[in-house]
Order: sequence, then structure tokens, then C-alpha cells
Amino acid sequence: MVDVIVFVISAVIVLGGGLGVVLNANPVHAALSLVASLFGVAVLFILQQAHFLALVQVVVYAGAIVVLFLFVIMLLGVDETEDLKHEPLPYQRPMALLAGGVLFVMIMGGLFLSGPGGSDGAVALTGQSAATAPMNSEDSNIVQLARDLFTRNILAFEATALLLTIATVGAVVLVRNQGGEDLVVDEPGTSVG
Amino acid sequence: MEVTDTWYLVLSALLFTIGAVGLLVRRNPLVMFMCVELMLNAVNITFVAFANALDDLAGQTAVFFVLVVAAAEVVVGLSIVVALMRRRPNATADDIAELRG
Repeated sequence: MVDVIVFVISAVIVLGGGLGVVLNANPVHAALSLVASLFGVAVLFILQQAHFLALVQVVVYAGAIVVLFLFVIMLLGVDETEDLKHEPLPYQRPMALLAGGVLFVMIMGGLFLSGPGGSDGAVALTGQSAATAPMNSEDSNIVQLARDLFTRNILAFEATALLLTIATVGAVVLVRNQGGEDLVVDEPGTSVG
Repeated sequence: MEVTDTWYLVLSALLFTIGAVGLLVRRNPLVMFMCVELMLNAVNITFVAFANALDDLAGQTAVFFVLVVAAAEVVVGLSIVVALMRRRPNATADDIAELRG
């Protein structure tokens, strides 16, 4: 029963935050709604015994990534309200809502109508359980995750190191001020570059 | 009444749909990135729900890699947005063609 209460509260936070991201005209408010949504997802992770992932979710997503978003919003000064009434492409919104509805119906169809089990649920969808890395109850979640990560997925783990290096170098190359082109400065009497 | 994995899968589908509609509707590139994050999180909920239901830790490992790739994607995406906004403040997604050449 406690599970149900926690699930319902965090589901409301997750979906409300998601709607807030889409419906808020101000990017800063959208980013703060995103924080709420990500926290709700972290609570859902704890509810499903994924304790380490809940921690990483709060530190990396709600901490680092959203701060990066807010930093870019403040840096660029785009924190003014966007005019949501303005709709440059005719019928874009009804078509997007229709596409979203069709997408949702298709996912629900895949969830409830398919699979060898014939009923709903994850086991019914895949037809088997614990195919690759069975959980054991003796070790804590973080020990099990580390063992799976550093044995079965060691090559992928090394590849993420390469990926992060490439992303860092790419970010530096993309935002470098090339050719001595002046930056737009909004404070009088200062010059950059 | 208890929480089954189907509840998580339905919630995840709802969140994914919200993110997808937001990506189609919004024109500010920053908000579009946030909608992509919503969709990635919806998929993460699904991974963890399956890991829990099937007693298989591989789902949680997949979420770990999704987090890493999402961080890299945000870094590169935001630097593209910065490069775009420097050239034209208040740019929308339609102005990304400006970066050509």
C-alpha cells in the first residue's frame, strides 16, 4: 500500500514536470520543471531497488545536466518568455498532438496485445527472465552493478571514456571564437576577444 | 493493490509521449533538448522496470550507459546552440540552417 502511494505521488510529479517542460513559455521555468520530473524518476528508481541509479540520477541529471542548461540559458540571455500563441507552421500543433496520440496508442498496443504470455507485464512481453545478468540478493545493488559493468560490459565502459573525450573536444571546437569575430556584448564599455 | 511493472511501463509511455509532442511543438532549441531528456528518462524508467521484473541487472547497466551518452549529447548539443545563438540571438530551430558552410 505504501508502494502505491509513493508511486502515485512520484508519477504525478514526473508527469507534471514533463508537462511543465512542454507548456512553460519561459526556458528557466521549463528547466526547473525538468528538475522536478527527474527527481520523480529518481524516486521511482528507489522504489524498484535501483539505489545507485537513483543517486546518479540526482547527481548527474538534476545536478550537472540541468545546471548546464541553466548556465547556457543565462549565458545567452534567452530567459525571456517565448510567445506560445505564435504558430508559424499552420496545423503543426494539431498534427503533433495527433502523432503523439498515435504513438501512445501504438505503445499501449505493443504492451497489452503482444508477447508470448498474452497478458500484460514484462515477463509476458519477453517470455523469459534473467537472461543475461541474474540478480542475487546477497550483494548490494552497487556491488552487483559494478560487477556487471566491469566484467560483461568492460569494452563498452572503455568506449564511454573515448566518447566523453570526443564530446569535450567537440564542445571546445564548436564554441571557439574563430577568426577574431567579435562577440555580442550587452554591457557597454567592455570588450571580449 | 500493489504496484506492478505494467504501471511503470504505462507511466513511461506517457512521459515519452509528452516528450515527443514537446519536441514537435516547441521551437526553442534549448527546450527541445529538455524534451529529449524527458524521452531518455522515460526509456530509463522502462529499463529499470524490466530489470526489476525479470531479475536481470543488465537493464540497470543499460541505464548507466544511457546516462553517459545523454551527458555527452547535452554537451555537444548545447555547444551547437551556443554557436547558433552567438550568430543570431533569439534563434529558433528553423535557424539552424544558419550554421551551414
